Amino acid sequence: MADIVLDHVTKKYGDGYEAVKSMDLEIKDGEFMILVGPSGCGKSTALNMIAGLEDISDGELKIDGEVVNNRAPKDRDIAMVFQNYALYPHMTVRENMGFALKLAKVDQKEIDAKVEEAAKTLDLTEHLDRKPANLSGGQRQRVAMGRAIVRDPKAFLMDEPLSNLDAKLRVQMRTEVAELQSRLGTTTVYVTHDQTEAMTLGDRVAVMRSGVLQQVDTPANLYNDPVNLFVAGFIGSPSMNFVHGKVHGDEVELPFATLPLTDELKGAVSDGQEVICGLRPEHFEDAELVGDHLGEGVTFEAKIDLVESMGSELYAYFDAGSQEVEKVEQAASEAGLEELAGGDTNQVVTRLSPESKAKRGETLKLWVDPDRLLLFDPANGERLRS
Amino acid sequence: MEHTAREKTLWTIGLALVLIFALIPVVWIISLSLKTPATITDQAFIPSEFSLENYKSLFDGGISESPFIKPLINSLGIALITTAVSIVLASFAAYAIARLEFPGRNVILAGALAIAMFPPISTVGPLFDMWRTLGLYDTWLGLIIPYLTFSLPLAIYTLVAFFKEIPWDLEKAAQVDGATPFQAFTKVIVPLAAPGMFTAAILVFIFAWNDFLFAISLTSSDASRTVPAALAFFTGDSQFTQPTGSIAAAAVIVTIPIIIFVLLFQRRIVAGLTSGAVKG
Repeated sequence: MADIVLDHVTKKYGDGYEAVKSMDLEIKDGEFMILVGPSGCGKSTALNMIAGLEDISDGELKIDGEVVNNRAPKDRDIAMVFQNYALYPHMTVRENMGFALKLAKVDQKEIDAKVEEAAKTLDLTEHLDRKPANLSGGQRQRVAMGRAIVRDPKAFLMDEPLSNLDAKLRVQMRTEVAELQSRLGTTTVYVTHDQTEAMTLGDRVAVMRSGVLQQVDTPANLYNDPVNLFVAGFIGSPSMNFVHGKVHGDEVELPFATLPLTDELKGAVSDGQEVICGLRPEHFEDAELVGDHLGEGVTFEAKIDLVESMGSELYAYFDAGSQEVEKVEQAASEAGLEELAGGDTNQVVTRLSPESKAKRGETLKLWVDPDRLLLFDPANGERLRS
Repeated sequence: MEHTAREKTLWTIGLALVLIFALIPVVWIISLSLKTPATITDQAFIPSEFSLENYKSLFDGGISESPFIKPLINSLGIALITTAVSIVLASFAAYAIARLEFPGRNVILAGALAIAMFPPISTVGPLFDMWRTLGLYDTWLGLIIPYLTFSLPLAIYTLVAFFKEIPWDLEKAAQVDGATPFQAFTKVIVPLAAPGMFTAAILVFIFAWNDFLFAISLTSSDASRTVPAALAFFTGDSQFTQPTGSIAAAAVIVTIPIIIFVLLFQRRIVAGLTSGAVKG
């Protein structure tokens, strides 16, 4: 067990492309750290650098207080679980799991004992003498985990280990991984592009974009208190709605409603300033279902374009009717949110109670909570706050 | 796809024709080798008198007298050494070419191909002179070196294709598991590339075993003359008889190691050895 510290770690390729730019990250002993971001954001490269599979171009990497920049993977005492499992097909499950110990010249009896123990934990005992080809996807995944835990390494590195499993198995394995990690208490760095995994597994989550670390925080803080447009749009599903707004005194005028500014926001903006307003779908509600809270929010009428009923909740879409779509779109694309903003930035998603009478094509009275409003600078996508 | 009875019949006839075309010369040689000197020219497909005289004569007089035993040893030794050295060198080269990014990688591959394209006959003259000067003429090494030169490109090409099939993550996994690059190569990559190694080994062995050009040009005695060259020096019982029977018998015998070698290694060429390594 150990802490891992990245100090201005940079990965620059021969052609000048920087995959990871001056990354600073401190992973505490025993912490479950998630690296998340869209594909190509440098999260896997960062993981490979920690593993020693890729050279570090600049900066310092410390594991357990020692600089390991120039150490080979084998001398870093870390275990890695690969996206495609990377099991040795010519070895049995037992040999796969014991391979690292065998290379380390551990006594065969001890290897057997450790492998048996890990197999018991992972429910693999009856499969120990089978080859990977004869195992199911979930079992292979467990063997890959087993190969990591038998060694009792300083840290686990996991590169999207669940992404090849089907949806149901993925949820099940996600719980198992979380349990395993908390029981073993081993420092873990887990790379994923799946934000559900990021939000549910990690003690802390590091959001990356184009090689730059955006924000490192607990899942709840990332969700409620994002530092910029990118993090706000990336975390959460369906993602946050962004609409153009203009400040008038103590209020901000949105295309569909005018919201009062909270005291905190008042200090962050000035009269006449243009802003991007971020509102999460669940901060809307059907005005008829709000009850006592009606007075705390702002109500407005909107024509519903589309209703998706999920049973436990209901998604209603309406057109923001903004005249300034281009400004929002530009800010979103500069923040790298093209894929998240979707084709239609003008559409607002709301998450309503399932009892809502929202119907496609009809006008509905909606309620929005102005206290949850987030404001972003259209120029650079940074969060505006005092 | 379902075949109709008509298609099946046509296929059977076609295959039979190909088989007959390929096997008649072999059967003919076997038939010749079993005939007595008196009946060898009777043009009968099936020998009227069976005799193992031709085979016996090949081994008459033991290693010192027989015109065949020493060449057979030379052939086996030279072909096996060539195969072993070629596979070891080619696997190192192929691994580097398949896995590493280094300047000149494509030049090496193109160079190897160019050597394989080079007509061997044009190198024989210079080699003859060089080997005489260097004292390699009429030695095992004198044959092994040119055989390596011409078999390495073939082996490298075969192995590069096989190495490229092996998921790179396996090697990363081995490195993280604590293997040195060499251990990762020998304990993970080589076992998985075994089918490719055996394929390459068969090709190299057959090349070295069958070669006549270098064998006849770069040897002068039983010290290193291989079977294909030695056959050319077979003589009859008297200067007026053709050594047809003994050549036929020798031809049959030299075919046997090839068949054994191929059968032996073919069992190891199991397709799909890497299945289960990664999620496909």
